[in-house]
Amino acid sequence: MELIVFLVLLGLGYVFGRLSESRHYRAIIQREQELRVISVVPVKIPPPEYLRHESTLVCGSVVISVDYFKTVAASLRNIFGGRVGAYESLLDRARREAVLRMQDEARQLGAETIYNVKYETSRIGENAAKGLGSVEVLAYGTALIASTASK
Amino acid sequence: MLISNMEVVPGKRITQHLGMVQGSTVRAKHAGRDIMAGFKNIFGGELKGYTELLSESREEAIDRLKQQAAALGANAVINVRFSTSSIAAGASEIFVYGTAVLVEDR
Repeated sequence: MELIVFLVLLGLGYVFGRLSESRHYRAIIQREQELRVISVVPVKIPPPEYLRHESTLVCGSVVISVDYFKTVAASLRNIFGGRVGAYESLLDRARREAVLRMQDEARQLGAETIYNVKYETSRIGENAAKGLGSVEVLAYGTALIASTASK
Repeated sequence: MLISNMEVVPGKRITQHLGMVQGSTVRAKHAGRDIMAGFKNIFGGELKGYTELLSESREEAIDRLKQQAAALGANAVINVRFSTSSIAAGASEIFVYGTAVLVEDR
C-alpha cells in the first residue's frame, strides 16, 4: 500500500513537474527576449555617462517549489554523488525569474539599466529543516532612470 | 527618500554619513497556505502565496528602514543589502540594512 502511494506521488511529481518546468522555461526565454532592452549589470559603480540619471532600488523575488520526483531523484543522487541536475534547473529557473521580475519593475519606472545587481537565496517552508522544500530567490539592484532635466 | 544599493549616488555628492539604519520583519502565512504549499511540494511550480508574502515583508522592512533614516534626518539610504532567513516552519525573516546619508546635487 505504501509503495503504491509512493509510486503515485512519484508519477504525479514527474508529469506535473515536467509540465510546469517546460512551461516556465518557455515563458522565461520569451520574456528575456522582451526585456533585453534593460541591461542588468553586476558592476558596482556605473560609468560617467549615467552621472545625471536618477537612481532607485528595484527588486524581484520568486518562490519555487520542488516536485516529489525531484526530491526522490536528488536523494538518490546523494548516495552516488555527482551533479544534481534536478536542483540545478530549479535554481536556474528561480534566479532567471527573479531577474525578469526586477527588470519588469525597472521598465515600469522607465529605467534604462540596472547596476550593482545582487542575489539572495534562501529556502523556506516546512521542509526548511529537512531537505530542500522550496527555494526563494531575491534579486535587487539600482535602476538608473534618465531624468527629464538631462534631456 | 532615495534608496540605492550602490556605494555612490550618480550626480550627487554625499555631505554627511549618519550611520547604519536597518529594518526587519518576520511574517507567517496562515495554515491553509502552508497546506497548499505542502501539496505543491509534490507537483512543483511557483508558490504564489509565499512569493506574495515575501514581497509584502520586503516592503514592510524597507518602510521601517526609511522611517529610521528619516528620524536621523537623512535624505538617502545607500549601500542597501537584503538578507533572508527562515526561522521556523512557515515563517520567514527579511532583514534590510544600509547607510543613512545626506546627499546634495553636484
